[in-house]
Amino acid sequence: MEFISNQYFLVAATFAFYIGFQWLQGRTRISLLNPILLTILAVIALLSMGNIEYDTYHHAGEIIEFWLKPAVVALGVPLYKQLNTIKSQLLPVLCSQLAGCVVGILSVVVIADLLGATPEVVNSLAAKSVTTPIAMEVTKALGGIPSLTSAVVICVGIFGGMAGFRVMKLGHIGSPIAQGLSMGTAAHAVGTSRAMTISDRYGAFSGVALTINGILTALLTPTILHLCGYL
Amino acid sequence: MNIMIMQCAVVFCFLALGEFLVWLTGIKLPSSIVGLLLLTAALKMKLVKLRHVDLVSNFLLKNMGFFFVPPGVALMLYFDIIQAQLVPIVIASVLSTVLVIIVTGWVHQLMRRHHNHQSQK
Repeated sequence: MEFISNQYFLVAATFAFYIGFQWLQGRTRISLLNPILLTILAVIALLSMGNIEYDTYHHAGEIIEFWLKPAVVALGVPLYKQLNTIKSQLLPVLCSQLAGCVVGILSVVVIADLLGATPEVVNSLAAKSVTTPIAMEVTKALGGIPSLTSAVVICVGIFGGMAGFRVMKLGHIGSPIAQGLSMGTAAHAVGTSRAMTISDRYGAFSGVALTINGILTALLTPTILHLCGYL
Repeated sequence: MNIMIMQCAVVFCFLALGEFLVWLTGIKLPSSIVGLLLLTAALKMKLVKLRHVDLVSNFLLKNMGFFFVPPGVALMLYFDIIQAQLVPIVIASVLSTVLVIIVTGWVHQLMRRHHNHQSQK
Protein backbone atom coordinates (compact mmCIF):
# COMPACT_ATOMS: atom_id res chain seq x y z
CA MET A 1 0.00 0.00 0.00
CA GLU A 2 2.91 2.35 0.76
CA PHE A 3 4.01 2.13 -2.85
CA ILE A 4 1.00 4.23 -3.90
CA SER A 5 2.75 7.34 -2.60
CA ASN A 6 5.67 6.82 -5.00
CA GLN A 7 5.65 9.97 -7.10
CA TYR A 8 6.31 8.28 -10.44
CA PHE A 9 3.50 5.85 -9.76
CA LEU A 10 1.20 8.82 -9.09
CA VAL A 11 2.26 10.54 -12.31
CA ALA A 12 1.73 7.33 -14.28
CA ALA A 13 -1.68 6.85 -12.65
CA THR A 14 -2.68 10.40 -13.62
CA PHE A 15 -1.69 9.72 -17.24
CA ALA A 16 -3.54 6.41 -17.24
CA PHE A 17 -6.77 7.89 -15.82
CA TYR A 18 -6.70 10.72 -18.33
CA ILE A 19 -6.12 8.47 -21.32
CA GLY A 20 -8.83 6.09 -20.13
CA PHE A 21 -11.41 8.85 -19.64
CA GLN A 22 -10.49 10.44 -22.96
CA TRP A 23 -11.20 7.11 -24.60
CA LEU A 24 -14.46 6.84 -22.67
CA GLN A 25 -15.64 10.26 -23.83
CA GLY A 26 -14.58 9.52 -27.39
CA ARG A 27 -16.70 6.36 -27.31
CA THR A 28 -19.77 7.76 -25.56
CA ARG A 29 -19.65 11.43 -26.74
CA ILE A 30 -21.33 12.48 -23.47
CA SER A 31 -20.04 15.96 -22.61
CA LEU A 32 -20.66 15.42 -18.89
CA LEU A 33 -17.97 12.71 -18.96
CA ASN A 34 -15.28 15.37 -19.20
CA PRO A 35 -11.88 13.64 -18.99
CA ILE A 36 -10.30 16.47 -16.99
CA LEU A 37 -13.06 16.46 -14.39
CA LEU A 38 -13.17 12.66 -14.16
CA THR A 39 -9.37 12.39 -13.86
CA ILE A 40 -9.38 14.92 -11.01
CA LEU A 41 -12.11 12.94 -9.23
CA ALA A 42 -10.34 9.63 -9.85
CA VAL A 43 -7.03 10.92 -8.48
CA ILE A 44 -8.82 12.33 -5.41
CA ALA A 45 -10.49 8.94 -4.91
CA LEU A 46 -7.14 7.15 -5.27
CA LEU A 47 -5.48 9.44 -2.73
CA SER A 48 -8.32 9.07 -0.23
CA MET A 49 -8.32 5.29 -0.54
CA GLY A 50 -4.56 5.15 -0.02
CA ASN A 51 -4.73 7.70 2.81
CA ILE A 52 -2.23 9.88 0.97
CA GLU A 53 -1.89 13.54 1.88
CA TYR A 54 -2.40 16.10 -0.86
CA ASP A 55 1.17 17.36 -0.30
CA THR A 56 2.55 14.00 -1.41
CA TYR A 57 0.60 14.19 -4.65
CA HIS A 58 1.57 17.83 -5.08
CA HIS A 59 5.23 16.86 -5.57
CA ALA A 60 4.25 14.43 -8.31
CA GLY A 61 1.68 16.80 -9.79
CA GLU A 62 4.15 19.63 -10.17
CA ILE A 63 5.87 17.68 -12.94
CA ILE A 64 2.61 17.88 -14.92
CA GLU A 65 1.43 21.31 -13.78
CA PHE A 66 4.79 22.76 -14.78
CA TRP A 67 3.70 22.63 -18.45
CA LEU A 68 0.74 24.99 -17.96
CA LYS A 69 2.78 28.15 -18.40
CA PRO A 70 4.55 27.07 -21.60
CA ALA A 71 1.13 25.97 -22.91
CA VAL A 72 -0.22 29.50 -22.44
CA VAL A 73 2.82 30.90 -24.26
CA ALA A 74 2.06 28.44 -27.08
CA LEU A 75 -1.38 30.10 -27.55
CA GLY A 76 0.64 32.78 -29.33
CA VAL A 77 0.80 30.49 -32.37
CA PRO A 78 -2.97 30.23 -33.08
CA LEU A 79 -3.30 33.92 -32.24
CA TYR A 80 -0.65 34.71 -34.87
CA LYS A 81 -2.38 32.44 -37.42
CA GLN A 82 -5.71 34.26 -36.89
CA LEU A 83 -4.25 37.79 -36.94
CA ASN A 84 -5.51 38.53 -40.47
CA THR A 85 -9.05 37.31 -39.75
CA ILE A 86 -9.13 39.31 -36.55
CA LYS A 87 -7.82 42.39 -38.34
CA SER A 88 -10.53 42.17 -41.02
CA GLN A 89 -13.18 42.66 -38.36
CA LEU A 90 -11.22 44.08 -35.55
CA LEU A 91 -13.87 46.40 -34.16
CA PRO A 92 -16.79 43.93 -33.87
CA VAL A 93 -14.48 41.25 -32.43
CA LEU A 94 -12.79 43.55 -29.92
CA CYS A 95 -16.04 45.20 -28.78
CA SER A 96 -17.83 41.90 -28.28
CA GLN A 97 -14.80 40.52 -26.41
CA LEU A 98 -14.57 43.57 -24.21
CA ALA A 99 -18.30 43.44 -23.43
CA GLY A 100 -18.20 39.71 -22.73
CA CYS A 101 -15.12 40.04 -20.56
CA VAL A 102 -16.46 42.88 -18.40
CA VAL A 103 -19.92 41.30 -18.07
CA GLY A 104 -18.33 37.96 -17.19
CA ILE A 105 -16.16 39.37 -14.42
CA LEU A 106 -18.69 41.81 -12.98
CA SER A 107 -21.74 39.54 -13.02
CA VAL A 108 -20.07 36.59 -11.32
CA VAL A 109 -18.45 38.79 -8.68
CA VAL A 110 -21.61 40.78 -7.92
CA ILE A 111 -23.93 37.74 -7.84
CA ALA A 112 -21.57 35.68 -5.68
CA ASP A 113 -21.09 38.60 -3.33
CA LEU A 114 -24.84 39.20 -3.05
CA LEU A 115 -25.42 35.53 -2.30
CA GLY A 116 -22.97 35.72 0.56
CA ALA A 117 -19.74 34.23 -0.78
CA THR A 118 -16.59 35.17 1.15
CA PRO A 119 -14.11 37.61 -0.49
CA GLU A 120 -11.63 34.77 -1.00
CA VAL A 121 -14.22 32.80 -2.97
CA VAL A 122 -15.43 35.89 -4.86
CA ASN A 123 -11.84 36.55 -6.02
CA SER A 124 -11.51 32.93 -7.05
CA LEU A 125 -14.60 33.20 -9.29
CA ALA A 126 -13.71 36.46 -11.08
CA ALA A 127 -11.80 34.81 -13.93
CA LYS A 128 -14.11 31.78 -14.30
CA SER A 129 -14.76 32.29 -18.04
CA VAL A 130 -11.20 31.96 -19.30
CA THR A 131 -8.92 29.02 -19.85
CA THR A 132 -7.60 27.49 -16.63
CA PRO A 133 -3.90 28.47 -16.73
CA ILE A 134 -4.84 32.12 -17.25
CA ALA A 135 -7.69 31.99 -14.74
CA MET A 136 -5.41 30.45 -12.10
CA GLU A 137 -2.75 33.10 -12.67
CA VAL A 138 -5.37 35.82 -12.31
CA THR A 139 -6.67 34.22 -9.12
CA LYS A 140 -3.13 34.02 -7.73
CA ALA A 141 -2.67 37.73 -8.44
CA LEU A 142 -6.00 38.50 -6.73
CA GLY A 143 -5.28 36.39 -3.67
CA GLY A 144 -8.00 33.81 -4.29
CA ILE A 145 -7.77 30.01 -4.26
CA PRO A 146 -6.30 28.88 -7.63
CA SER A 147 -7.46 25.28 -7.37
CA LEU A 148 -11.01 26.37 -6.58
CA THR A 149 -10.78 28.51 -9.72
CA SER A 150 -9.59 25.58 -11.83
CA ALA A 151 -12.49 23.44 -10.68
CA VAL A 152 -15.04 26.20 -11.34
CA VAL A 153 -13.48 26.97 -14.74
CA ILE A 154 -13.76 23.34 -15.81
CA CYS A 155 -17.39 23.15 -14.64
CA VAL A 156 -18.21 26.46 -16.39
CA GLY A 157 -16.65 25.11 -19.59
CA ILE A 158 -18.68 21.91 -19.41
CA PHE A 159 -21.88 23.87 -18.72
CA GLY A 160 -21.15 26.34 -21.55
CA GLY A 161 -20.41 23.51 -23.96
CA MET A 162 -23.65 21.72 -23.10
CA ALA A 163 -26.02 24.68 -22.82
CA GLY A 164 -24.31 27.26 -25.08
CA PHE A 165 -26.12 26.60 -28.33
CA ARG A 166 -29.50 26.33 -26.60
CA VAL A 167 -28.88 29.69 -24.86
CA MET A 168 -27.88 31.29 -28.18
CA LYS A 169 -31.02 29.96 -29.87
CA LEU A 170 -33.15 31.53 -27.13
CA GLY A 171 -31.15 34.76 -27.39
CA HIS A 172 -31.46 34.93 -31.21
CA ILE A 173 -27.73 34.73 -31.78
CA GLY A 174 -27.59 33.20 -35.25
CA SER A 175 -24.47 34.42 -37.02
CA PRO A 176 -21.78 31.72 -37.08
CA ILE A 177 -19.02 34.14 -36.11
CA ALA A 178 -21.02 35.53 -33.18
CA GLN A 179 -21.80 31.99 -32.02
CA GLY A 180 -18.15 30.96 -32.22
CA LEU A 181 -17.05 34.06 -30.34
CA SER A 182 -19.68 33.53 -27.64
CA MET A 183 -18.59 29.94 -27.05
CA GLY A 184 -14.93 30.86 -26.73
CA THR A 185 -15.58 33.88 -24.52
CA ALA A 186 -17.86 32.09 -22.07
CA ALA A 187 -16.55 28.54 -22.12
CA HIS A 188 -12.87 28.72 -23.20
CA ALA A 189 -11.29 25.51 -24.52
CA VAL A 190 -14.23 23.26 -23.65
CA GLY A 191 -16.59 25.57 -25.54
CA THR A 192 -14.10 25.72 -28.39
CA SER A 193 -13.99 21.95 -28.71
CA ARG A 194 -17.80 21.94 -28.82
CA ALA A 195 -17.78 24.69 -31.49
CA MET A 196 -15.21 22.66 -33.42
CA THR A 197 -17.74 19.82 -33.75
CA ILE A 198 -20.04 22.16 -35.74
CA SER A 199 -17.40 23.46 -38.14
CA ASP A 200 -13.78 24.58 -38.29
CA ARG A 201 -14.84 28.19 -38.79
CA TYR A 202 -16.88 28.14 -35.56
CA GLY A 203 -13.88 26.59 -33.85
CA ALA A 204 -11.45 29.17 -35.24
CA PHE A 205 -13.48 32.09 -33.93
CA SER A 206 -14.05 30.34 -30.65
CA GLY A 207 -10.27 29.97 -30.39
CA VAL A 208 -9.79 33.64 -31.15
CA ALA A 209 -12.30 34.52 -28.45
CA LEU A 210 -10.73 32.29 -25.81
CA THR A 211 -7.35 33.90 -26.49
CA ILE A 212 -8.56 37.51 -26.56
CA ASN A 213 -10.86 37.10 -23.57
CA GLY A 214 -8.01 35.37 -21.71
CA ILE A 215 -5.71 38.30 -22.34
CA LEU A 216 -8.39 40.91 -21.58
CA THR A 217 -9.36 39.10 -18.38
CA ALA A 218 -5.72 38.88 -17.28
CA LEU A 219 -5.24 42.57 -18.04
CA LEU A 220 -8.53 43.94 -16.72
CA THR A 221 -9.65 41.82 -13.77
CA PRO A 222 -7.51 43.52 -11.08
CA THR A 223 -8.55 46.96 -12.36
CA ILE A 224 -12.25 46.11 -12.58
CA LEU A 225 -12.29 44.63 -9.07
CA HIS A 226 -10.41 47.68 -7.79
CA LEU A 227 -12.92 50.08 -9.37
CA CYS A 228 -15.82 48.16 -7.86
CA GLY A 229 -14.20 48.08 -4.45
CA TYR A 230 -13.70 44.31 -4.23
CA LEU A 231 -9.93 44.49 -3.93
CA MET B 1 14.40 15.00 -31.80
CA ASN B 2 16.63 18.02 -32.24
CA ILE B 3 13.67 19.93 -33.61
CA MET B 4 11.63 19.30 -30.45
CA ILE B 5 14.49 20.45 -28.23
CA MET B 6 14.93 23.59 -30.30
CA GLN B 7 11.22 24.35 -30.28
CA CYS B 8 11.05 23.80 -26.52
CA ALA B 9 13.95 26.23 -26.19
CA VAL B 10 12.04 28.87 -28.16
CA VAL B 11 8.88 28.51 -26.04
CA PHE B 12 10.84 28.60 -22.77
CA CYS B 13 12.87 31.61 -23.97
CA PHE B 14 9.63 33.54 -24.42
CA LEU B 15 8.33 32.34 -21.05
CA ALA B 16 11.58 33.42 -19.41
CA LEU B 17 11.38 36.76 -21.20
CA GLY B 18 7.86 37.15 -19.82
CA GLU B 19 9.07 36.30 -16.31
CA PHE B 20 11.87 38.83 -16.70
CA LEU B 21 9.55 41.64 -17.84
CA VAL B 22 7.10 40.95 -14.99
CA TRP B 23 10.00 40.96 -12.52
CA LEU B 24 11.43 44.13 -14.04
CA THR B 25 8.23 46.17 -14.24
CA GLY B 26 6.19 44.61 -11.44
CA ILE B 27 3.06 44.53 -13.64
CA LYS B 28 0.17 42.47 -12.28
CA LEU B 29 0.04 40.16 -15.26
CA PRO B 30 0.89 36.45 -15.58
CA SER B 31 4.35 35.98 -17.10
CA SER B 32 2.84 33.39 -19.43
CA ILE B 33 0.49 35.98 -20.95
CA VAL B 34 3.40 38.36 -21.48
CA GLY B 35 5.28 35.49 -23.14
CA LEU B 36 2.23 34.75 -25.33
CA LEU B 37 2.07 38.35 -26.57
CA LEU B 38 5.84 38.46 -27.15
CA LEU B 39 5.71 35.21 -29.13
CA THR B 40 2.84 36.52 -31.29
CA ALA B 41 4.75 39.76 -31.92
CA ALA B 42 7.95 37.87 -32.76
CA LEU B 43 6.06 35.64 -35.23
CA LYS B 44 4.46 38.69 -36.81
CA MET B 45 7.82 40.45 -37.14
CA LYS B 46 9.32 37.24 -38.58
CA LEU B 47 11.92 37.09 -35.80
CA VAL B 48 10.55 33.58 -35.17
CA LYS B 49 9.12 31.39 -37.91
CA LEU B 50 6.20 28.99 -37.49
CA ARG B 51 8.54 26.03 -38.10
CA HIS B 52 10.46 27.07 -34.99
CA VAL B 53 7.47 26.53 -32.69
CA ASP B 54 4.69 24.65 -34.49
CA LEU B 55 5.31 21.10 -33.21
CA VAL B 56 5.79 21.97 -29.54
CA SER B 57 2.92 24.46 -29.47
CA ASN B 58 0.66 21.92 -31.12
CA PHE B 59 1.61 19.34 -28.49
CA LEU B 60 1.12 21.78 -25.61
CA LEU B 61 -2.24 23.10 -26.84
CA LYS B 62 -3.65 19.68 -27.71
CA ASN B 63 -2.90 18.43 -24.20
CA MET B 64 -3.57 21.59 -22.24
CA GLY B 65 -6.42 19.90 -20.39
CA PHE B 66 -4.13 17.29 -18.90
CA PHE B 67 -1.81 19.88 -17.37
CA PHE B 68 -4.56 21.22 -15.16
CA VAL B 69 -5.41 17.93 -13.51
CA PRO B 70 -2.93 18.39 -10.59
CA PRO B 71 -4.12 21.90 -9.66
CA GLY B 72 -7.65 20.53 -9.86
CA VAL B 73 -6.77 17.74 -7.42
CA ALA B 74 -5.91 20.43 -4.86
CA LEU B 75 -9.67 20.85 -4.77
CA MET B 76 -9.72 18.12 -2.09
CA LEU B 77 -8.21 20.66 0.30
CA TYR B 78 -11.19 22.97 -0.19
CA PHE B 79 -14.15 20.59 -0.02
CA ASP B 80 -15.39 22.36 3.11
CA ILE B 81 -15.34 25.84 1.53
CA ILE B 82 -17.15 24.59 -1.57
CA GLN B 83 -19.72 22.74 0.50
CA ALA B 84 -20.35 25.82 2.65
CA GLN B 85 -20.71 28.16 -0.34
CA LEU B 86 -22.08 25.81 -2.96
CA VAL B 87 -25.16 27.93 -3.75
CA PRO B 88 -23.36 31.26 -4.47
CA ILE B 89 -20.64 29.47 -6.45
CA VAL B 90 -23.03 27.52 -8.68
CA ILE B 91 -25.68 30.22 -9.21
CA ALA B 92 -23.15 32.99 -9.87
CA SER B 93 -21.20 30.83 -12.34
CA VAL B 94 -24.24 29.62 -14.27
CA LEU B 95 -25.98 33.02 -14.52
CA SER B 96 -22.75 34.78 -15.42
CA THR B 97 -21.94 32.22 -18.14
CA VAL B 98 -25.39 32.67 -19.73
CA LEU B 99 -24.93 36.47 -19.60
CA VAL B 100 -21.50 36.27 -21.24
CA ILE B 101 -22.84 34.12 -24.09
CA ILE B 102 -25.77 36.47 -24.76
CA VAL B 103 -23.85 39.75 -24.41
CA THR B 104 -20.87 38.67 -26.53
CA GLY B 105 -23.12 37.41 -29.33
CA TRP B 106 -25.44 40.42 -29.28
CA VAL B 107 -22.64 42.98 -29.31
CA HIS B 108 -20.95 41.22 -32.22
CA GLN B 109 -24.17 40.97 -34.24
CA LEU B 110 -25.05 44.63 -33.61
CA MET B 111 -21.56 45.80 -34.57
CA ARG B 112 -21.61 43.66 -37.70
CA ARG B 113 -24.90 45.17 -38.82
CA HIS B 114 -23.18 48.57 -38.72
CA HIS B 115 -20.20 47.23 -40.65
CA ASN B 116 -22.28 45.30 -43.15
CA HIS B 117 -20.15 46.06 -46.18
CA GLN B 118 -17.11 44.11 -44.97
CA SER B 119 -19.14 41.21 -43.61
CA GLN B 120 -17.97 38.44 -45.91
CA LYS B 121 -14.56 37.18 -44.96
